[in-house]
Amino acid sequence: MSITAIPVRTPSTPDGVRAGRAPGRLRRRITDNLTAYGFLCAALVCFALFSWYPIVRGVLLSFQQVNFVTDPEWVGWQNFATLFADPLFLIAWRNTLYFTGLALVVGFAIPFAVAIVLNELRHAKGYFRMVVYLPVMLPPVVVAILWKWFYDPGPGLFNTMLESVGLPGLAWISSTNTSMLSLVLVATWSAMGSATLIYLAALATIPGELYEAAELDGANVLQRLRHVTIPQTRFVLLVMLLMQIIATMQVFTEPYVMTGGGPEDSTVTVLLLLYRYAFTYNDFGTASAMSLLLFVFLGGFSALYLKLTKSEG
Amino acid sequence: MTRTLLSPWTLRSTRGRIGYWLVFVVVLALFTIAFVVPLVWMLLGAMKSAPELARTPPTILPDRFTLGSYVEAWNFMDLAGYFRNTVIVAAGAWLLQLAVIVPAAYALSKLRPVLGNWILGLMLATLMLPASALLVPTYLTITDVPVAGVNLINNPAAIWLPAAANAFNLYLLKRFFDQIPTELLDAARIDGAGSVTTLVRIVLPLSRPILAVVSIFAIVAAWKDFIWPLLVLQDPGIQTLSVALQRFEPDTPINLMLAGLVLASIPMVVAFLIFQRQILAGLSAGGLKG
Repeated sequence: MSITAIPVRTPSTPDGVRAGRAPGRLRRRITDNLTAYGFLCAALVCFALFSWYPIVRGVLLSFQQVNFVTDPEWVGWQNFATLFADPLFLIAWRNTLYFTGLALVVGFAIPFAVAIVLNELRHAKGYFRMVVYLPVMLPPVVVAILWKWFYDPGPGLFNTMLESVGLPGLAWISSTNTSMLSLVLVATWSAMGSATLIYLAALATIPGELYEAAELDGANVLQRLRHVTIPQTRFVLLVMLLMQIIATMQVFTEPYVMTGGGPEDSTVTVLLLLYRYAFTYNDFGTASAMSLLLFVFLGGFSALYLKLTKSEG
Repeated sequence: MTRTLLSPWTLRSTRGRIGYWLVFVVVLALFTIAFVVPLVWMLLGAMKSAPELARTPPTILPDRFTLGSYVEAWNFMDLAGYFRNTVIVAAGAWLLQLAVIVPAAYALSKLRPVLGNWILGLMLATLMLPASALLVPTYLTITDVPVAGVNLINNPAAIWLPAAANAFNLYLLKRFFDQIPTELLDAARIDGAGSVTTLVRIVLPLSRPILAVVSIFAIVAAWKDFIWPLLVLQDPGIQTLSVALQRFEPDTPINLMLAGLVLASIPMVVAFLIFQRQILAGLSAGGLKG
């Protein structure tokens, strides 16, 4: 409540008070709004120029041809036709979906399982939390270059480890069979820290009585996991699932730095191809058409994610 | 200690204890192999000479412990310059973002102007877009900023300005400000404090925890970012560490490269060790409380 609502006793006539108050209150509201917009104006300018305007422009660009010499030219659906005629376009989508699928199998299950185990351990809790989160703090380029070196088939760390226990070495990022899987491993290693810690926080909120009650009813560990732990963390699991789909569909740094899309286009992702269209071929219209398709594909996931986090948060 | 999946009785029995310590040792070993060994391998690798690194099987400890590679990498890649560029980019992004979103969050939370909820809705709607869907149009906007008519390519402002339009951090701040009792602000107003004074003297001191979280998010994001600086900082003289390391990678001896990777990571790792509590608290601040 603002202070202006408190009536002020004045010796003047009732009429005079009323007459003086109404315009005063209006003026007050105008001043308050002006102040508020003063505080907002920098944000409005930044959002307008670097968020709202690019959104609108991105949609328009999808239907234009841009060459920086003459004005943009309307070309209808031609940019989309270019994309669908490009064999790499389908390959890029297939690779990206494959990456996202593998990342879900590896990167979604592992952090949850790790969090469940960590939640039971009573020692060295700080150490576990710290080391699992360390890779998250490293710049993604550092991680990508480092793992490229680990993947080196000769003196690389991984083949050395495999060979030291008598297993044959792998070709990792140099073979079309394992290249994408190798990228998923890097991405999971570098990102699983945040997921693990978020799950740990969620597990800590489960009331102990639920487990006790389930145990009294004769539920064994697996049943308690299924009927207490998972239902109690369902919301977080769903949010993280959406977040992971949105993030992994936009994978760029790992293929760009580690493989450049190869071998034989096996790691060309949607974003890598988009980057090529825009900054190698200078075809910003087709690149925008690709962004629009990616947005349409991910928009539903994003909307659901926002709705969930806003209503429950 | 609240009870978890396993019952305390099971853990207290002899079999339970053996099982617990067995699992503990296995997890400890796996975590160390998965997360510590790679980083130690990087640190050790940076101390080995290039021919030593090419040996198969590799040596575990370097032939001799030396920080020579670090010094050599520092000079070879001119890391001092890239560090300076990265600090300028990250500090600028952080300060500008705070200067823009703190007053805006305060206005939307406490001053509540006409259309305020509308504006907030439009800002939050930008979170629905995958960041990469905006790369091309934002890049074209940066090459020719409307109204101002300037080209910000190769200017750190190309990173600062879009970073300031951060709806996520703005929303975190607004939600925190919402919890500050209005009576407190009214009291300040009775004492004659204007909106600016109220923000600076009352709201900000109460908001230190969330300001810490938002600051860490902003700085870490700017330090780690790769694709956007790759696009807008094309002149090698002003590139950030991530962009420069990636550019040097093909023709730099691997031991120097590793030293460069270690050096580029140190500020983030140190920041993590210092601000661990705030960073971990910030993880659940994004509305992920189950």
